[in-house]
Amino acid sequence: MPPGSKTVKSIRFVILNSPCLLFVIFVPLVANISMRPIEYYEPPVPSKVNYINAQYGLKSWLLTRDHKRIALLYLGSITFFFFIGGLYALMIRLELLTPQGDFLQSATYNKVFTQHGIIMIFFFLIPSIPATLGNFLVPMMIGAKDLAFPRINLLSWYIYLLGGVVTIYALLAGGVDTGWTFYTPFSTTFSNSYVVATGLGIFINGFSSILTGLNFIVTIHTMRAPGMTWFRLPLFIWAHYATSLIMILGTPVIAITILLLAFERVSRVGIFDPALGGDPILFQHLFWFYSHPAVYIMILPSMGVISELIANFSRKNIFGYSFVAFSSLAIAVFGFLVWGHHLFVTSQSVYAGMIFSFLSFAVAIPSAIKVFNWTATLYKSSISYDTPMLYALGFIGLFTVGGMTGLFLASLAVDVHLSDTYFVVAHFHYIMVGGALMGYLGGLHYWWPKITGRMYPEGWGRFSALVIFVGFNLTFLPQFVAGYLGMPRRYHAYPPEFQVFNVLSTAGASILGFGMLIPAIYFVWSMRYGKRAEANPWHLPGLEWRTQSPPPTENFEVTPIVTWEAYEFAPAEETEVIGKFKPELEQI
Amino acid sequence: MADVMNSHATTSGTHGHRALQHHFENMEQQREAGTLGMWVFLVTEIMFFGGMFLAYTLYRSKYPAAFASASNHLDITLGALNTGVLILSSFTMAMAVYFTQVGKRRPQIFCLIATLILGLTFLGVKAKEYHDKYEDRLIPGYLIPGAPFGPAVQKEGEPPDHHKLHLLPGATVEQVQMFYWIYFAMTGMHALHMIIGAGLLTFLLIFSIKGRFDPEYHSPVEVIGLYWHFVDIVWIFLFPLLYLLGRHFEHG
Amino acid sequence: MQSWIPLVPDSASTFSWKVDALYFYLSGVTLFFTLLISAVLIFFVIRYRRRTPYEIPRPVAGSHKLETLWTIIPFIIAMTMFGWGAQVYFQQYKPPANAIEVYVVGKQWMWKLQHATGQREINQLHVPVGRKIKLIMTSEDAIHDFFVPAFRTKMDVVPGKYTTLWFEATTPGTYHLFCAEYCGMNHSGMTGSIIVMEPREFDNWLSGSTGSTTPAAAGQQLFQTLGCASCHGANGEGGRGPTLAGVFGNTTQLQTGESVRVDEGYVRESITNPQAKLVAGFGPIMPTFQGQISEDQLVQLIAFIKSLPAGGQTPASAQAARPAGSPAQNLK
Repeated sequence: MPPGSKTVKSIRFVILNSPCLLFVIFVPLVANISMRPIEYYEPPVPSKVNYINAQYGLKSWLLTRDHKRIALLYLGSITFFFFIGGLYALMIRLELLTPQGDFLQSATYNKVFTQHGIIMIFFFLIPSIPATLGNFLVPMMIGAKDLAFPRINLLSWYIYLLGGVVTIYALLAGGVDTGWTFYTPFSTTFSNSYVVATGLGIFINGFSSILTGLNFIVTIHTMRAPGMTWFRLPLFIWAHYATSLIMILGTPVIAITILLLAFERVSRVGIFDPALGGDPILFQHLFWFYSHPAVYIMILPSMGVISELIANFSRKNIFGYSFVAFSSLAIAVFGFLVWGHHLFVTSQSVYAGMIFSFLSFAVAIPSAIKVFNWTATLYKSSISYDTPMLYALGFIGLFTVGGMTGLFLASLAVDVHLSDTYFVVAHFHYIMVGGALMGYLGGLHYWWPKITGRMYPEGWGRFSALVIFVGFNLTFLPQFVAGYLGMPRRYHAYPPEFQVFNVLSTAGASILGFGMLIPAIYFVWSMRYGKRAEANPWHLPGLEWRTQSPPPTENFEVTPIVTWEAYEFAPAEETEVIGKFKPELEQI
Repeated sequence: MADVMNSHATTSGTHGHRALQHHFENMEQQREAGTLGMWVFLVTEIMFFGGMFLAYTLYRSKYPAAFASASNHLDITLGALNTGVLILSSFTMAMAVYFTQVGKRRPQIFCLIATLILGLTFLGVKAKEYHDKYEDRLIPGYLIPGAPFGPAVQKEGEPPDHHKLHLLPGATVEQVQMFYWIYFAMTGMHALHMIIGAGLLTFLLIFSIKGRFDPEYHSPVEVIGLYWHFVDIVWIFLFPLLYLLGRHFEHG
Repeated sequence: MQSWIPLVPDSASTFSWKVDALYFYLSGVTLFFTLLISAVLIFFVIRYRRRTPYEIPRPVAGSHKLETLWTIIPFIIAMTMFGWGAQVYFQQYKPPANAIEVYVVGKQWMWKLQHATGQREINQLHVPVGRKIKLIMTSEDAIHDFFVPAFRTKMDVVPGKYTTLWFEATTPGTYHLFCAEYCGMNHSGMTGSIIVMEPREFDNWLSGSTGSTTPAAAGQQLFQTLGCASCHGANGEGGRGPTLAGVFGNTTQLQTGESVRVDEGYVRESITNPQAKLVAGFGPIMPTFQGQISEDQLVQLIAFIKSLPAGGQTPASAQAARPAGSPAQNLK
């Protein structure tokens, strides 16, 4: 053989490199890990220009059409409202330390809990994940340059602000004391507070929700990148799609309900007032027809985030991907059928009660499926203990408790006893704080490097996640017990036998509050002093990680063409089937 | 649902139409998105009106005689006229869309003007009807400070006066007030949507005159046409439900 | 008197333990699944923790069998919860036929109660052990809720209609009564007590308290003073207006052809909105009393009409203007 021939060269190559080759073959045989190194996605060459520094000046932010900048605008305003709602929560818990009503006057306390509910639900929870993380990531995850209607996106932020301004005006002018549920005839006839102004604020805010949902639906339908089929979509997208369906179908109903309420208050015609021939229970039906699906607006995006966190921090595809995707849709559909479970004790017909109870149990099943699938994803995975994963794990535990305590309330006989007690309060806080808020915080941490180009301090992140988890449980677990013992909700003063539970709860609330302040501080700190993040700091296959951090204004230098499945860490050929004999690796 | 695989992104001849937004790959995708967006918005409008239809259904079943009496009192001629006007306006709107699609500017502008005029006619007739109700003290509650609800009721033996309310057996004035509350809420909301529609048509007219639309880019006309048809359909539901109840009773 | 289990309130009614049993079942299932999922999570999180920075695990295929399993099993468990809950619920909300009636009017921010034998109470209700008690309730203003944790039952109190609540007390004692529907400034002050007594003590209490006239007797007086007797007859025998004697609890035919059951709600509606459901064969001549009659007075009129026996005889209530009386007097 001639010395320079290809054959000789190959043989020389093999012999000289055999130790490495052997190592490369041997190790996976022994350690059962894939061969594939992670950095096979070529990170793009980072450029200095990103969406944050592309243009300077207030006008470029306030008149932006860039979905990423709009997401940041929302982030700021939502955080602002969260703090206001949190201040109200602090006042509630301080008052409830003692059985007597000694911290606030009764009328003031009534305004405080009403406003806590209104701000937290309408101005924090409903927009939180969709308007910040959703706005930022939906186009990126599907490979688009922006949402379908960028100017409508900006309009939705301004509408949100306008609704917020009107509501804050109402709060400052004197507040509203009807409870966030505005039950008639108290709100139409007997309340001397700023019901119409607050209602107007919420009405306006509803349009922000509708426009966001509309934008997402059209974007997901029409602007997916080539190769991005429905079943290659990240579960975050599926969750936001389901959420958007609820937003567009449910929000108009609360809009008209508030409008009718306001007109009745102003013109004194009795749609809901029995003294004028109206029906107060009609209001409750109309109100809850939206407000129950609204709670699914709050939790579905969070579930989408959790799917992302579980898959990406265990480096595995979600177990039962299509089941999780369809569960999101099922929750959205079933969620519209169960509103009557808020009316079990209102003298609603017992037969209607039975139907709503049955459906309420049915709507719990898709959520259970999701929890099992997330847990199963962790089987034979590779779990890292980063902050986002801690939040995701916390979510699964707390959401299980919250969801199962919902079953107590779906069960008619027990609900008769528990309705309007602190059990209900504890249940929904487990879902909304232990569920939705944990998902929001986890998602913020996870995508923080992508959004800002900086890393948050990991040690502080883990610490605050643990503090929040402990504080949260201490706050709300005693409330379950107090509720079953009979402590009613919305009580300014209560019988002394409930005090021990309230003291525990307030203690927990202080820990929870402290725990939530820490991320607020280090996130702001990190924007200037945090470690600079690369394009793909977590080494993940998602589309949003295949562009620089922070992304350029048009998201991708070139429209991506998608040829891989969702959460594809390793090729499909290596898939292990549970319970079957592990296939031998081919001999090389 | 429409799935757009923009596989022809690189080969599209419409690349770079002056109306193409930067985030869309081509005009087809943009048009697809705009149309789907308007359909989704119309679904939200259905849910919005739905709440009032529910209130109507409930109270009609509770107070059938009062609803029949009050509905009888509405002017069916004006209502029918409005229905005809609106249906005609939907036709002219559809023709405007067609002419835009085939690029015939003059007929397109003519049809848009016709639609606008018909829409304003509708609003004018509505204003007359509302004024009549104001005269007869049929505006519910204390909406108008100087004229609270208080219609004159036709009594037995009096000469028939079509300004007075003829109550069928079983109807009371309070229940009639409920009808009028729902009447004003629903037709008022409808009229508001028509006013918005008229505003949108004005914009369309201005842009059409300036020649902004062509067979490649006419989706604003199409999309606002959809909106106009929706407003028309709402009226087609409102008219029989509000105007045609109890007409088989003798009109007092 | 606190129950020895700090997790549940006093049990003082016949269905308290039933609700508690279901509650414990639900708690058990919740605890089980929470611990199960937490344990599995903790196990996986430790066993499958990342050992080298760049490892990638093999993907694991989904399993339709597993999905079906963990859909069906939770569904079955959910159905047991549903079925059990519905069954106890029917018992809670179907008042028995032969219960002693107490009329309750809730208003901001107090409870007004009146026994069928005439005793009035404010924010308190004395009841004997072992008797079925049915509360017929309405509100004067906003929606309230009559909640007795020890009895494991509650019901909203809605203006413009009557709602009912029933219980049978089992253990003497004093138990909390709460308003459980937010109703304004003094919502947390709208509390009271249910005082359950042994039957003998209860009889003593009844005879000891100077009750006013029974609601039915007061209703008879109103029947005269408000002019009802001029059309309906002094004993409800009828005339220009329909017969009232003996109609309560039966169905009556309306002008529109449908028939309606004569219960508290129908009587109340006929007084406040007479034209709404006209009895067949009568003209719309009855004036409305809306705004001229209070909820208490409505309750008294209803009690009177209930007491009218068929056939136009002297109503039983006319004989019993006495304040004290055994609760065994069974006013239908």
